[in-house]
Amino acid sequence: MNKEKYLDDLKEIREIMDKSSRFISLSGMSGIVAGIIALVGAYIAYEYIYIDHAFYGYRMVVLTPQTISQLLILATVILVLALGAGVFFTKRKAEKTKQKLWDLQTKRLISNLMIPLAAGGILCLIFLLRGYVGIVAPLTLVFYGLALVNASKYTLSEVRALGLMQVALGLLAAYFVGYGLLFWALGFGVLHIIYGVRMHLKYGS
Amino acid sequence: MKDLLQDLDKAFENRLRLGIMSALMVNDFLDFNSLKDLLGATDGNLATHLKMLEKEGYVRFQKEFVDRKPNTKYAATDAGKTAFVKHLNAIEKLLR
Repeated sequence: MNKEKYLDDLKEIREIMDKSSRFISLSGMSGIVAGIIALVGAYIAYEYIYIDHAFYGYRMVVLTPQTISQLLILATVILVLALGAGVFFTKRKAEKTKQKLWDLQTKRLISNLMIPLAAGGILCLIFLLRGYVGIVAPLTLVFYGLALVNASKYTLSEVRALGLMQVALGLLAAYFVGYGLLFWALGFGVLHIIYGVRMHLKYGS
Repeated sequence: MKDLLQDLDKAFENRLRLGIMSALMVNDFLDFNSLKDLLGATDGNLATHLKMLEKEGYVRFQKEFVDRKPNTKYAATDAGKTAFVKHLNAIEKLLR
């Protein structure tokens, strides 16, 4: 009777099931870097839209069509940078763990991530064009969170928790409409960094 | 002790066959190349063991063409899934 063999068998079974059904090359570093980029972006946006109003003694939000287009450009730059960092660190990790980056699991993950994300993105654009600016920051958080929850079935389980927190934060932001940028910085910045550090410590990068 | 050993399935004694079944338990289907990459097996070796599982009725396959190239998709049959679960339970009891 060799129990060792069967213990090894079980380990092998678990490994193969994980490897074949989940995308496990997610890197904690990409979360950290994406979070930092988002925080910097939020700060720049803050400088754009909050104009000092010495007379009233508080800062006022000034949104003109010009600042909105500036914000859109800023948002696009942040998105590209954050995605780029994500791909870079994930690729590096996949190479380290000798996993294929573009395989069935990745495709499944991305398509499940993109469905809520694309729907949310289009909805946000529509709202933006109609002038409902305040609702956009909460909505991006809610839809991003839903996308993460949806995709978490195909990757590490921490992604689900991150998604749920983003949804909760988005709903709070929808209630406190004036603080959209703050919630946005919390969700895309701080939460990503916390998640990234946790993943980095748990799985390495 | 004898009963326990009876429940262990000979078909899963081999590492590669065990690997194939594990992968097919959590995926609706996988094609030959995905299995090969996943398990780090050679073409011949993988084909042989897939055939053995097929003969047991644990695995079925479906041929189709992707960009005019033949592509074979493998899936676990219900019998295969039941047998695999039974095998896992037997291992679990054995290790207790």
